[in-house]
Amino acid sequence: MKITLLAAAAAMSMGLPAFGGSHGDGPVKAGFVYVGPIGDGGWTYEHHQGLLAVQEHFGDKVETVYQENVPEGADAERAMTQMALQGADIIFTTSFGYMDPTINVAAKFPDVKFEHATGYKRADNVSTYSARFYEGRAVQGHIAGKMTKTNKIGYIASFPIPEVIRGINSTYIHAKKANPDVELSVIWVYTWFDPPKEADAAKALIDNGVDVVLQHTDSTAPQAAAAEAGVISFGQASDMSEYAPLPRVSSIIDNWAPYYIARVQAVMDGTWESVDTWDGIGPGMVEIGEITEAVPADVKAEAEAMRDALGSGEYHAFTGPLNKQDGSPWLAEGETADDGTLVGMNFYVEGITGEIPN
Amino acid sequence: MIRLERRPAPSRAWAWATPLLAVLATMVAGGLLFAFLGKDPLLVIRTIFWDPVLGEFAFYYRGQLLVKAGPLVLIAIGLSLGFRAGVWNIGAEGQYIMGAICGAAVGLAFYPLEARWLVFPMMVLAGGLGGFLWAMIPGILRTRFNTNEILVSLLLVYVAEQILAWMALGPLRSPDGSGFPGSRNLRHYDAAANHELIAGSGMHWGVVAAFIAVILGHVLLSRHILGFNIRLAGASPRAARFAGVNPGLLVLTCLGMSGALAGFAGLFEVAGPAGQINIDFNVGYGFTAIIVAFLGRLHPVGILLAGFLMALTYIGGEAAQATLGVPAAAIQVFQGLLLFFLLALDVLTNYRIRIDARARA
Repeated sequence: MKITLLAAAAAMSMGLPAFGGSHGDGPVKAGFVYVGPIGDGGWTYEHHQGLLAVQEHFGDKVETVYQENVPEGADAERAMTQMALQGADIIFTTSFGYMDPTINVAAKFPDVKFEHATGYKRADNVSTYSARFYEGRAVQGHIAGKMTKTNKIGYIASFPIPEVIRGINSTYIHAKKANPDVELSVIWVYTWFDPPKEADAAKALIDNGVDVVLQHTDSTAPQAAAAEAGVISFGQASDMSEYAPLPRVSSIIDNWAPYYIARVQAVMDGTWESVDTWDGIGPGMVEIGEITEAVPADVKAEAEAMRDALGSGEYHAFTGPLNKQDGSPWLAEGETADDGTLVGMNFYVEGITGEIPN
Repeated sequence: MIRLERRPAPSRAWAWATPLLAVLATMVAGGLLFAFLGKDPLLVIRTIFWDPVLGEFAFYYRGQLLVKAGPLVLIAIGLSLGFRAGVWNIGAEGQYIMGAICGAAVGLAFYPLEARWLVFPMMVLAGGLGGFLWAMIPGILRTRFNTNEILVSLLLVYVAEQILAWMALGPLRSPDGSGFPGSRNLRHYDAAANHELIAGSGMHWGVVAAFIAVILGHVLLSRHILGFNIRLAGASPRAARFAGVNPGLLVLTCLGMSGALAGFAGLFEVAGPAGQINIDFNVGYGFTAIIVAFLGRLHPVGILLAGFLMALTYIGGEAAQATLGVPAAAIQVFQGLLLFFLLALDVLTNYRIRIDARARA
C-alpha cells in the first residue's frame, strides 16, 4: 500500500500518466465542473441537463460525477484534479474562468480528456467548445425592436468579454433594423450568477424607461423583476418557461446534450481528438424557445423566418454594411464577419451609446 | 429548573473543550442531515474528516489542506491580535485583495526580468504594504474621526472588489489575453511565481509565512510588552490607559498588523495557487478567517488547529460532493452547523449549568 502511494505521488509530481485514460472494460467516467448551482435555472442548469442526457443515453456504460458552485481559480484546479485522480476519463469544465486551471490540470493528466467551455486555450488533451449565442440574440433583437413602446431596450451584461459583446452587438443591430428609433442601455454587473445584483440591474433599467429587458446572466431574478414591472424579457441559457407567456416572450436555450453525448462516445471509441467546436442554431446547440402569444403573429413569423435563415446559413447575424462605434467602416455591403474577428470582438457597432468598460 | 449561573472567571477547561464538543455535535447533526438526504452518514463523515488525511488519495489532499489552511491561518493570526484588543477588523478580505493587487502589479511591472532574488521579495513587500495601507484607512478614520472600524473596514471590502475588477479588466490585463479579463499568469513567470517548495507537497511560501506568524504571534502575546498591552486593552480599556497605553496607536498597530498579514496572504495566493489577478480572485478567505480566529479561541496555536479543521471541511466537503453526490448547499449547512455549535457551546465557558432544586418545590 505504502509503495503504491509513493509511486503514485512520484508519478504525479513528474507529470506521468498515473490514473485515468485506460478504463478497460469498466464504464467511462465523465466529470462535470459547474460554476453555479445546478438549480440556477440557467447556464449551469443546462449543462447539468447535458450530464443527465449523457447518463440516460449510455446507461451503465457511463458513470457521471459533478461538482457545483466551484469558484474559478485554485479551487477549480482541485475539483478537476480530484475527478482525474478518481479515474475520470473525460472532464467538462463549464465556465470561461476555468481556462487556466483546465490547462494546468490537463498537463498533469495527459491521458484524461478535458473539454473547456467558451475558452480559447487548447492542448493535445484539451478541446474547447462554445455556442454561437449571438445567432439567438439576432432573433431576440428583432422581437425586442418590434415590441418596445418606449423605444428603449435594456441589457444586463456580465463581463466585457467578446462573447458578451457579440451578444450586445447582435441584439442592437437587429433591434435597430426592426425599429430605427431604438436605444440600447447596457448595465455591467460583473457576475454570472448573483440574483439580487441581477434584479437591481433590471430595476434600474426599468426605472429609466426600458420596457424590454435582455440578460446575459444566469438567474431568473431579472424575469421576476420584469414580471413585477409589467415589461417583457427573454429567457437566457435555459428556457425559463415558468415566466411565459409574459414577461418571458422567448428564450435562448443552450442545448449541450448532443455535444456531450458525442464526446463521451468518442472517448469510448478511442477516437477523441482535441478540437474547437463553435456551433449555432443549425446543428442545434442554440435553440430559440417558444415565442409566446404575447408577440403579434406577424412579428413571430418574422422572428421564426430569421431563425430558420440563420440555421440554414442563408443569413449571417453580422452582415454588412456595418460600422464600428467610432464610425470607421467594418463590413461592406453584403460582407459577413469572419470568425477570427468575432472570437476577439472588443468593439461596439455604430449607434450603441456608452463604452465597453476596461 | 435548570438555570445558567455566571462563572466568577471563564473556565479554562471549557474554553478548550467546547471546540471539540462543537465538532462532535456537528458530526452528529450533520450525520442526521446527510441521512435525511439519503446518504450513508458514516460514509459522508468519513469522506470529509478521514479521507483527506489518511484515505487513498491523501498524498494529494494533504498538500491541498496546507494550500487552503495557509491563508486562513495567516489572516486569522493578524485578526486575533486586534480582536483581543477590542479592535474589530472585519475587512481582511479587502486587505487580502489589495495585497494581491499591489504584489502582482509589482511582479508584472518587472516582467519579463529573470532576477527572482529581486522580483519576488519586492512583490512580498508590496503585498504586505498594500494590505497595511488599506487597513490604515479604517484605522486613521477611527483615531481621527472616531468612525466605527467594523463598518468602514467591511465596506472597504466592496471597494476593493471593484478595484480588483477594474485591475483585471484594465491596467493589469494580460496583453496576450485577446481582450479577456485577467492578468498574466504569474505561475508562468518564474521570477514571480510562488511555486511549491517541494513538488506535490502543497508547501509554498504562504504556508511557511503562516507557520512563522503562529510562532511570532505566540511570542508577541506571551513575551512582548505589545502583547501585554493588547491583552490589557481588551480586558480593560481604562486600566490600559492608566498603564500608559496610547489607545490610538494600539488601534493603528492592530489594524496595520492584521492588514499586512492579510496582504501577504493575498500576494502568496495570487502568485501561487490562484496564479492571476482576475475578477473572481477572492473566494472569502478574509471572512472565513474571522471564524477561524474565534474557533481557535484567538490563541495562535488554536488558530493553527482551527485553520486545518476549516480546511478539512472544505476539502473533505468537496470530496463528498464529487464522489458521493452530496449537494454543495448541504456542505455549507454543515460548515454553518460547526460555527453554530461553537457559539452555542461557548456559553459553558462563561456560565455553568445549575439544576435548582428549590424552584421545584
